[in-house]
Amino acid sequence: MIEDRTKLIHAFGALAELGSEVANKNSFQETIRTSLHLISGALAIMRGGVARYSRYGHELNMLAVRGLGDDFPLSLSLCLEDERQFIANGLNAIETSQAKVLPFFQVYDRSLESRKIELFVPLVVRDEIVGALFLGEKATSLPYTTYEKEIICAMGRHIGVAIAQRNLMAEIERHAEENRKLVDDMRTTYNDTVKAFATAIDCKDKYTEGHSVRVGKYSEIIATELEWGPQEVEGAAVAGYLHDVGKLTVERKIINAPYRINAKESAELNKHPGVGYEILLPIHHPYTNVPLAAKYHHERLDGRGYPDGLYDREIPYIAKLVNLADSFDAMTTDRPYKARRPAADVVDDLRRNAGKQFAPELVTAFLRGMLKELTGDNKEKRFRKLLGREYMEAEGIVPILRTALNEMTPTSPLTYINSEPQAEGPTIL
Amino acid sequence: MIAENHYEPAAPAAENIAVVTAGDYLNKLTGERIERECKDRLEQGCRELVVDFSQTEVINSIGISILLGVIDSAKNSGAKVVFSELNDDSAQLFESLGLTNHVTIA
Repeated sequence: MIEDRTKLIHAFGALAELGSEVANKNSFQETIRTSLHLISGALAIMRGGVARYSRYGHELNMLAVRGLGDDFPLSLSLCLEDERQFIANGLNAIETSQAKVLPFFQVYDRSLESRKIELFVPLVVRDEIVGALFLGEKATSLPYTTYEKEIICAMGRHIGVAIAQRNLMAEIERHAEENRKLVDDMRTTYNDTVKAFATAIDCKDKYTEGHSVRVGKYSEIIATELEWGPQEVEGAAVAGYLHDVGKLTVERKIINAPYRINAKESAELNKHPGVGYEILLPIHHPYTNVPLAAKYHHERLDGRGYPDGLYDREIPYIAKLVNLADSFDAMTTDRPYKARRPAADVVDDLRRNAGKQFAPELVTAFLRGMLKELTGDNKEKRFRKLLGREYMEAEGIVPILRTALNEMTPTSPLTYINSEPQAEGPTIL
Repeated sequence: MIAENHYEPAAPAAENIAVVTAGDYLNKLTGERIERECKDRLEQGCRELVVDFSQTEVINSIGISILLGVIDSAKNSGAKVVFSELNDDSAQLFESLGLTNHVTIA
């Protein structure tokens, strides 16, 4: 009686430890290994193993073994009849000597007998086989009692749940990976479409060929300099690529006019931000602000822009960013009525208009990006590819950039909507 | 005090006899070291493994499983296993679980 009580307390201790082990966030392999120790130690089972069932391969793959030797198969296949019988049996111990009618025990009879496997416990969770326990003879050499089988099944349920959870996690991870690939594919398709659109927009304007593509790239540079995340940088680039999509509806003769257009033509041209917004709004962009960038990329901080004459904080940030990229490209490319301006002039223009037309922190970020490239701190040569080496490396540009950056403040001195103290700007030496 | 601090490696003993001291709490940490140590000794030709339980207060299921592994290894090597200095609780547990069928109690 005392002996039975000692065994019972010891077995319950193992059951409690197993519950705790399964609940812990240890590695799956470690949990299974410990589980086998606990089940073997609970009843002094000389040898055994825990297997996980692969429903794809219809096989039991050993996850942990103790004392089974090198000859014992590490993978044991099940036929449909075995599966059906094991599911019908549920999570109950099967005495191998009594189950030789099943194909599984006929196929593996020699292996099971040579290692004295007395019990086989299919781990059935929610009517699915997730694994199995192989248990050898006990140290007492006595047959398993009913209560010992019940303890084994109770422990088996814990192990079965641990395997089922692991399977579920693996399935979720697999789906997540598939979804990630799908999203990547869709994003690639979207971005390719956007670039094709940008090229189509640029085809309409023979004098500003490549404008949308360049604005997209400048927008990307600014967003990168602002240390935005990869998706936000991508969104900024897309906003730049598509900012002029409304020009598709403007007459070609107005866009390509080799002279300063008159007021009527100008009014027609100035409709393009609103039209662009209408075109882009129904599209489900992966980035939220693309239509707003198209609509407000001609707004200025001082309220003198169009179409709505918005002030500073009324203007969406992405539109301010695209506005800077757009203006920079307009200043640095030849127009039918105007040659491009020298780099030093452009830098000076940006500095002077920071807080009037442009958000100062964006100008700072942009000029900083340019300076980093010229001083070799950034090896990507992003500006050089877009503007040409000769233009970018004009004499005296580096000191001009440094001076401009030293004079810049990171926030707008013109705050029309909400007045807040202005912070000091960074000092670039 | 954690068990591993009390684990002592096999002490030099008479030729072909190795003495392995178990810690105060024979669990996975100490147990696996003992198992490794015993296997090493058996591979070196040890014919008798003496596991000294004089410091051992508690043995859990993992400890039992480890000891079964030691017994199995010793059997395969044709060596003898001796459990020494067992307290009453451990002796009773080993007896009820049948471990005493496979080892000599000293």
